Amino acid sequence: MKKSAVVMGLLLCSGSGAAIAVDIPAAVAAGKNVFEIRCAPCHAAGLGGDPGRDHLPGTDALRIKYKGTTVPALLERRTDLTEPVLKVYLRHGSWSMPPFRKTEVSDADIANLAAYFAATSLASERK
Amino acid sequence: MTILPPGVSARQFSKALAEFATVVGADWVLSSEEDLQPYRDHFSLLKDQPDELQASAAVCPADVAQVQAIVRIANRYKTPLFAISTGKNFAYGGPAPNVRGSVTVDLKRMNRVLELDEKRHFVLVEPGVSYMDLYRYIQERNLKVWVDTADVGWGGLMGNALEHGVGYTLGPYRDHFSAHCGMEVVLPDGDLMRTGMGALPGSGGWQDYKHGFGPDPAGLFAQGGFGIVVKMGFRLMPQPEHWRTGLVTVPKRRDLIPMVDTVNYLTDLFVIGEPLYGSPLRILRNDKAFLQAAESFDEAALDRVAAEHSLHSWQVELQFYGSEKTTLANWEWAKELMLRNIPGAQCFDGESLRVPVTPEQIERSTHPYPAPYASQMRRNVMHGVPKLYAWWMPSRTDDFPDSWNQSHLGLFSVVGRSGEAVLQAQRDFDRVARDMGSKPAMPYAISTPLNWNQSAFLLGNGAFGSATRNEATPQSKLDQLKLLREVLKRNAAMGYGDYRAPPLLQDAVADQYSFNNHALRRFNERLKDAADPNGILLPGRGGIWPKALRALRGAIRK
Repeated sequence: MKKSAVVMGLLLCSGSGAAIAVDIPAAVAAGKNVFEIRCAPCHAAGLGGDPGRDHLPGTDALRIKYKGTTVPALLERRTDLTEPVLKVYLRHGSWSMPPFRKTEVSDADIANLAAYFAATSLASERK
Repeated sequence: MTILPPGVSARQFSKALAEFATVVGADWVLSSEEDLQPYRDHFSLLKDQPDELQASAAVCPADVAQVQAIVRIANRYKTPLFAISTGKNFAYGGPAPNVRGSVTVDLKRMNRVLELDEKRHFVLVEPGVSYMDLYRYIQERNLKVWVDTADVGWGGLMGNALEHGVGYTLGPYRDHFSAHCGMEVVLPDGDLMRTGMGALPGSGGWQDYKHGFGPDPAGLFAQGGFGIVVKMGFRLMPQPEHWRTGLVTVPKRRDLIPMVDTVNYLTDLFVIGEPLYGSPLRILRNDKAFLQAAESFDEAALDRVAAEHSLHSWQVELQFYGSEKTTLANWEWAKELMLRNIPGAQCFDGESLRVPVTPEQIERSTHPYPAPYASQMRRNVMHGVPKLYAWWMPSRTDDFPDSWNQSHLGLFSVVGRSGEAVLQAQRDFDRVARDMGSKPAMPYAISTPLNWNQSAFLLGNGAFGSATRNEATPQSKLDQLKLLREVLKRNAAMGYGDYRAPPLLQDAVADQYSFNNHALRRFNERLKDAADPNGILLPGRGGIWPKALRALRGAIRK
């Protein structure tokens, strides 16, 4: 319940800061679609949850980066990927991840991605 | 910091942007520093330098008519345009232009699969269609065709082909430009042209016969700035029923020669897909005797060391597409030829998989060969499945946990497709590396060719391509740029030219192709001046400069 409120809060705070009515399931579903097309080829979990080096370089790079910490390598388990955070990574890139243009990932896509990650991190916490 | 196109005032530029906005809408004219970040080359050797090749703005059309209008406006304001499709040309410049201040025409919004014929085996796409997009389209419809994908599958069919990019299946498909079948192009004056049968109104065979009638200018649009391609057809490989692999190893160093001859025979009869050459001696890279023999190119000593370690000198992994029976028959034939042509050759049965393979089969890390022999096959690209697996190369890895390759850069020279040519090129490249004070991670003596293009070999300049992974200061990148230009010059003096290059090196590579006082470049520039008198379309691309900007040839960090 508490987490659901966080999800709603993220969505309401997006954009200009004014409260915007957002259909959360639709945003999460749209975010899932963006994740699968744009992010998953590098950042998904490998088959059987094994993020092998040759298969998922994004997941693997984050596994190495966060070794010895509690930060998960999988984006879908992260609780800190808010819209502003995602915007920085996507528009500027990070290490070997190049930035993405608005023609590839729109600002609306980024908001939906944030909703999706909020939902998936919540689901993984419940497990 | 505002960047302006060369020779265009801030006022004129502002007016040009306003006109672009009337065509594509204000939301799709991007000119803020924030919006232009992703239009930079993430791996540029001039990153953050005042002369980094950056766009002044990006304009993002949604259809062909908008592209035509953009080109006409650019002519009026003498604003250079640079076109990108998916913008993923990393290792070769990414989305960055040849001329600082160019307006980038970002074609990603034009991303439709216009036609796919499962029986005639072709597809017609818009520029923004990536390999992953097309793969998804095929899977969703359960179509029985494959796309020959680039190794990093986020790239686009059109952009990759226009860069002479390559793939990994059967020869006619893996040379991506040769596999194209007709294009529609916005010309430098905004006119619209189709090549091949597309020039005949009402023809039902645009993607069946790419030659049409008369001279075919299609080649001008690859690595050249003669137009903006807005539609492009590609041949697609029909899905085979079965895939089979096998490994051949040969004992002695000079056995490379008959091995290549035999592989060429099979390749040119279209019996095999991309062959993967390698050297089992790689595992001796820390062995003192091996290194001494390899670095001195002492062939007798190399054979001796190989024999002492019970290793063969070379290997090639072959792949067969067809039915279970035909792939078996072809592998049996390949074995027969290898054993007949090369005394002491060994052949190992590889995989035999019914197609389509499963995701688990694609990602399986085991292989069927006995140790110490190993497969180098990346199964996804051999099955036309676009992935990002290869992106580990510039990334943080267990071997490099605290760095990434900030100058991820491809450097491959065309080498004659024979064992003799490879053995000679190894010595030549080694000499250049030594002269330049560089050393490859693996001795050149066991570097092996890439047969990406069916009829040619490419050999990596292994000492230079990724030299700054652990030392990526601004100065070290500038030093690398200087070094690379010198390497290209020395390679050309020995008859080696690169097949592809980032904008920062395109003039140096174009310089390599200098027959008869650069007759080819002079001819291309005569055409360029006639077709694009204002010199606005992709100036400098492929080393071809329009008259108005010719002074920029080789001008960056001379």
